[in-house]
Amino acid sequence: MSSQLLRALRIVLMVMVGLFFLFPLLWVVLMSFMTNVDILRSPPSPFFVPTLRNYLALISGHLSTSSGNVQIDYMHNLLNSVILSVCSVVVSLILGVPAAYAFARYKFRGGEDMAFTLLSFRFAPPLLVLLPLLGYFQTLHLYDTYFGLVWVYQLITLPLVLWIVRGYFEDVSEDIELAYRLDGHGWLATFFKISIPLARPGIAAAGLLSFIFAWNNFIFALILGSSDVQPVTVGALAFITASGIEYGQIAAALVLSVIPTLVLAIFTQRYLVEGLSLGAIKG
Amino acid sequence: MAYLSVEALSKAYRRNEVIRDLSFEVERGEFLVVFGPSGAGKTVLLRLIAGMVLPDRGRVVLGGADITRDAPDRRDIGMAFQNFALYPHMTAYENIASPLRSRGMARAELDGRVHGAANLLRIDHVITHLPKALSNGQKQRTALARALVGEPSMLLLDDPLRNVDAKVRYEMRLELPRLLRARDTTVIYVTQDYKEAMALGDRIAVLGDGRFTQIGSPETIYNRPADSRIARLFGDPPINLLDARRDGAAELRVASNSVALPVRRSNTVASDCVLGVRPEDVAVSLEPVAGAVPVEIDAVTPLNDRQVMLLRADDGTEIFASRPQSEQIEPSAGNAHDGIGRGRRRAWATLDIERAHFFETRTGARLAEPALRPELAR
Repeated sequence: MSSQLLRALRIVLMVMVGLFFLFPLLWVVLMSFMTNVDILRSPPSPFFVPTLRNYLALISGHLSTSSGNVQIDYMHNLLNSVILSVCSVVVSLILGVPAAYAFARYKFRGGEDMAFTLLSFRFAPPLLVLLPLLGYFQTLHLYDTYFGLVWVYQLITLPLVLWIVRGYFEDVSEDIELAYRLDGHGWLATFFKISIPLARPGIAAAGLLSFIFAWNNFIFALILGSSDVQPVTVGALAFITASGIEYGQIAAALVLSVIPTLVLAIFTQRYLVEGLSLGAIKG
Repeated sequence: MAYLSVEALSKAYRRNEVIRDLSFEVERGEFLVVFGPSGAGKTVLLRLIAGMVLPDRGRVVLGGADITRDAPDRRDIGMAFQNFALYPHMTAYENIASPLRSRGMARAELDGRVHGAANLLRIDHVITHLPKALSNGQKQRTALARALVGEPSMLLLDDPLRNVDAKVRYEMRLELPRLLRARDTTVIYVTQDYKEAMALGDRIAVLGDGRFTQIGSPETIYNRPADSRIARLFGDPPINLLDARRDGAAELRVASNSVALPVRRSNTVASDCVLGVRPEDVAVSLEPVAGAVPVEIDAVTPLNDRQVMLLRADDGTEIFASRPQSEQIEPSAGNAHDGIGRGRRRAWATLDIERAHFFETRTGARLAEPALRPELAR
């Protein structure tokens, strides 16, 4: 009897927790199909005539407000997000995976300090470094370039890749690598044919996590770029117009921007959980 | 000149010298067993020879060429590991083929060689499986096939039978020498199991504290151990090491009893020594025997077809004795059955001093033996 009660209680609690976290998401999805009038109605009502206006406005780039038409290139922001995130992850993997291997396998002077320094980039509040960085970027003509932003994004993605993948490399048995060397294969072949395939789950997890972190970044692109290179997170700001806030379009923009990471997360959940927990324990 | 010669090799980790000034030679086709307790540096020694670890000092010469600083892939050495070290993402076939792939061998020849090796080790039926689908015995056979397929000039086997079950271990112990002799392979085999060492080795090298404390044939190691530590490592139950003191001209004081000292040993022992008596050289009787040590029988356990007894002398000295299970101890009066093992009881242990080993008390080194007089030599 009491165990049945407990079970019922547990279900109720889980539903409550689920609602707490999912309701805002659900409401955003609903909002994206509403007009501003429906959204601002008080009390709010879940009954309304759905409209695709918000999405059409986003895709076409024409935003009609009470004070006239505004051009918004949200699709360009979406493309920027893809370019910035993909490039950042690719660069981080190219730099971070060999570095992680070095940190895992070889004990060299200052190695631990270097690894920790890279991790410490994650501790500093971004705002602290952004203003001096802006100065550098303007001098070096990196302001408002993809190259510059991908570079700064390494602050987010590189430590992540390094520390997660390092843990996986430490788990690869040295004997297996030695066996492959003794078979007559060089160190480079051993790295690509043995070490990398065996650390693949970790590399996948690190890549996915960095992609999500890069995708969600807001502050770097806000300060260090113009709308030409800015991602969706910053692009959504454009809907706060002189004549009011376009809640419907913001909601639709959010939905569009969440879709890529959501799809990624759903299909690679196993790697993500593994990478996060293992990386946390080993790191 | 020896095929492999290791000259004054040293390796330290953080000032802790794991291998200390070690030198030895292995002849072509020889099977050398490196035996030692865990932590003695066996694995480090193999890694030094394999080239995974570079020595601080010393040289490794293989087939006349100095390979001390060569990369592992240029040494022509095959190795099998205690934990198998198979490539988990490759099938058994690809695992075995790996040494041949590195040479860019033609498809047909490679295929023939892989199947040949798999046949030899009787794993051809599981050759398409991934390592995780293999039993431990099959994994070890795959690892051995991989080590053998390239016909390396030198084979290093790092305790390869440690993680397989007893049946497979026994099979492989019989099969390995046959496999290796047929190819005239030079082998260094590392183990912690003295029976394996005795069964497989042409010679046994006993490793302790980073150096070889004795190198010799299995018979020499067992019958003439260089020190008391080696004596203790070979034998199960281990040899009894008893403190003894010279007591007059012809007697030794052992476990608070006087035991006759053989005449030919009278020059060996000056004052005190450690007496090594193997359990099989301790005779147990339930009746008083002249020159025997009175003991209590503390425990009796069967070990294969033998019976092992833990005896306790009156001064607390513990002595192991073992005897064939079938051999009955003379029943005492009023007790038709031998009755050993039912609670404590009085017995007399006769130590076979003629077969005993004499070690120095302080260093444990074997005391010099006088040459046997011709009429005593067999």
